[in-house]
Amino acid sequence: MRLALLSDIHANVQALDACMAHAQSQGASHWALLGDLVGYGANPCEVLTRVQALAHGGAIVLQGNHEAMAIAPPPSEQSLGARTAGWTHQQLSPDQRAWLQALPLLHRSGPLLLVHASADAPERWRYVDNERMAALSLNAALAHPEVRYVFGGHVHHQTLYYKGSGQQLMPFKPSPGVAIPVPTHRRWLATIGSVGQPRDGDPRAAYALMDVAACKLTFFRVPYNHTAAARAIRDAGLPEALAARLETGQ
Amino acid sequence: MKRLAPGTELDGFRVGECLHAGGMAHVYAVEFAQGTPAPFPMVMKVPRMTAGDGAENIVGFEVEHQIMQTLQGDAVPRLVAAGDLSAVPYLVMEHIPGLSLQQWLDQQTEAGTRPPPLEVARIGAAIAMALHSLHKQNVCHLDLKPANVLLAPDGRAVLLDFGLSCHAQLPDLLAEELRNAVGSPAWIAPEQVVGVRGDPRSDLFALGVMLYEMATGTLPFGNPQTQGGLRQRLWMSPTPLRCLRADTPEWLQEIVMRCLQPQAQDRYPSAAHLAFDLRHPDQVKLTERGREVAGLGFWQHLRRWVRAAGMHYQPSPLAAQQQIERVPIVMVALPHQDVSDAALFSMRQETDRALGNLPGARLAVVTVISDSATSSSDNAKSETSLHRQHLTRLQQWAQPLDLENHQASFHVLESGDVAQALLRYAEGNHVSMIILGAATHGLQMQRLVATVPIKVAMHAPCTVMLVKAALPFEHLADEASAP
Repeated sequence: MRLALLSDIHANVQALDACMAHAQSQGASHWALLGDLVGYGANPCEVLTRVQALAHGGAIVLQGNHEAMAIAPPPSEQSLGARTAGWTHQQLSPDQRAWLQALPLLHRSGPLLLVHASADAPERWRYVDNERMAALSLNAALAHPEVRYVFGGHVHHQTLYYKGSGQQLMPFKPSPGVAIPVPTHRRWLATIGSVGQPRDGDPRAAYALMDVAACKLTFFRVPYNHTAAARAIRDAGLPEALAARLETGQ
Repeated sequence: MKRLAPGTELDGFRVGECLHAGGMAHVYAVEFAQGTPAPFPMVMKVPRMTAGDGAENIVGFEVEHQIMQTLQGDAVPRLVAAGDLSAVPYLVMEHIPGLSLQQWLDQQTEAGTRPPPLEVARIGAAIAMALHSLHKQNVCHLDLKPANVLLAPDGRAVLLDFGLSCHAQLPDLLAEELRNAVGSPAWIAPEQVVGVRGDPRSDLFALGVMLYEMATGTLPFGNPQTQGGLRQRLWMSPTPLRCLRADTPEWLQEIVMRCLQPQAQDRYPSAAHLAFDLRHPDQVKLTERGREVAGLGFWQHLRRWVRAAGMHYQPSPLAAQQQIERVPIVMVALPHQDVSDAALFSMRQETDRALGNLPGARLAVVTVISDSATSSSDNAKSETSLHRQHLTRLQQWAQPLDLENHQASFHVLESGDVAQALLRYAEGNHVSMIILGAATHGLQMQRLVATVPIKVAMHAPCTVMLVKAALPFEHLADEASAP
């Protein structure tokens, strides 16, 4: 089973299409979408259509904080996310909003545990961006003895956390396209990066592919038409900063 | 794991005789149990401890599997299969016939002989080439010692045992435990003593220790058992080889002592550079280091000891592959006939520019003469005198280049096929860039016969820069007089 892991698409249909095509070329047989399908970007309906089609085919789809915001937009518009949540809410049909609302926060099957943010309190949307937070998430997931891998998104960076010879988790920055052996006698936690809004200075879309039988995890970066995605944001009248950051990957 | 009896079957392999019982593992000859013919002879390496001994004991084995999966090329045995670590851990790999360097050294000791310097250099160059192949794949060996080097019958060296190795693109499973030195005390590099992993030049230090051992029969830093003893190599300069064996040539001492420098940046910048010197003893740039026969005095050592007390090694900021890419070997192929001064001038300019961007790069200036050009009867055409003439010409050409930060060497190759000779040379010496004249005068013929530059560009194992004479001198006057 080759599981394509996509997260934080953020209504960027250009990036989603590029990653799906890339994953197909890499032999992806199963799909998991780890939340934040919408928010920030200009094409929430197009993204949802594709994701719902994948879900019909058996894909795992999780809810992220931007789904929660789009379902019930916050009254104050302090953050960029809150400002676009109202717009997203209007774009989506009631059916689509109901579908998003029914999505689970966490999914577990065999050695895999999938969550948008942190497994220890998925509804609190905690950022797993250091060893300590990674340990909290991983330890909570290990309450299920068969769990070996925790995959999440939310932080928009690609990092693999693993246990070295000491007790602490160690962060590891993966190189795109390098298959990393992740044997099952160890426990692993990965944040798989963002499809639709990378923030590490590289504008290419990020996702990961897990070959469960071979115990190999590969992180990918996929070039896509980010100019078109940025143009769509400007055309929709959404904040300029959201368009500009796609062009720089910041 | 207790020793497996011959005939035991394990995961589709039938175990044969035990070829080696080491401290950490047993090595058995194996074949496919089904009787399927194997494409090459195979061995199975089984660690002595079992999964029950605790996962940490087995990490080295896990690291070896992790890294061997990624390695290609003939510097390492091919990996066939690996056992489940939680059941029976093992690795099945290609069996390389031949002696280990340790066995070879033992033979020399038993026979009471020492190998001639050129033989030491030949084996050293083979190991350096194998190391370069490893470093190009982003792997540092970090436990290089005579027992881990196999001398294959075809002359190449094959590296074994990647249990302490480090791959720049994979999580380092040993990272934390190794804050303190782990490795083989006699060969370990000083930066490894203080816990730095992942610098390819650590392997060059270990190779320096092996070269020293091959040449003199002794270890430059002994076999220390304590942390203090290990730290000696942070400041101590070993006894010069020529003190121990007066007949050691200066070039060999120069090479070995450069490998054994305490600071990584004072060693060779890459294994390819080291292999180059080992293969061209006459081109080794001699310094005081190569000539000395007394070793450092007390006061000099004291000064270095004080410096070492505050020494902090910075982990190399670059992955192995990127680091060695920065110090390429640049080869310039200089024609010796049908070449205009303008063309030679342009080639020098381009060479200067290329070297300017690459501090630490090495320059090899090469010319190919026809093998029928030399004559054993005609004194003026005798091999040595003809070579000397050409070498002088090459050196003259290179005179205006700024070579302060670059090692340069000059070579006359003899061959009837110029392109072939250049290609062989480039391949054999891990050249990263070839600069040659574009030979525009042959362009009309090109449709019929591939010219030397075209042939080289098509088949070269690296980047090729074809230099056109940008501004022929005869046009300079026109331009100057133009309004």
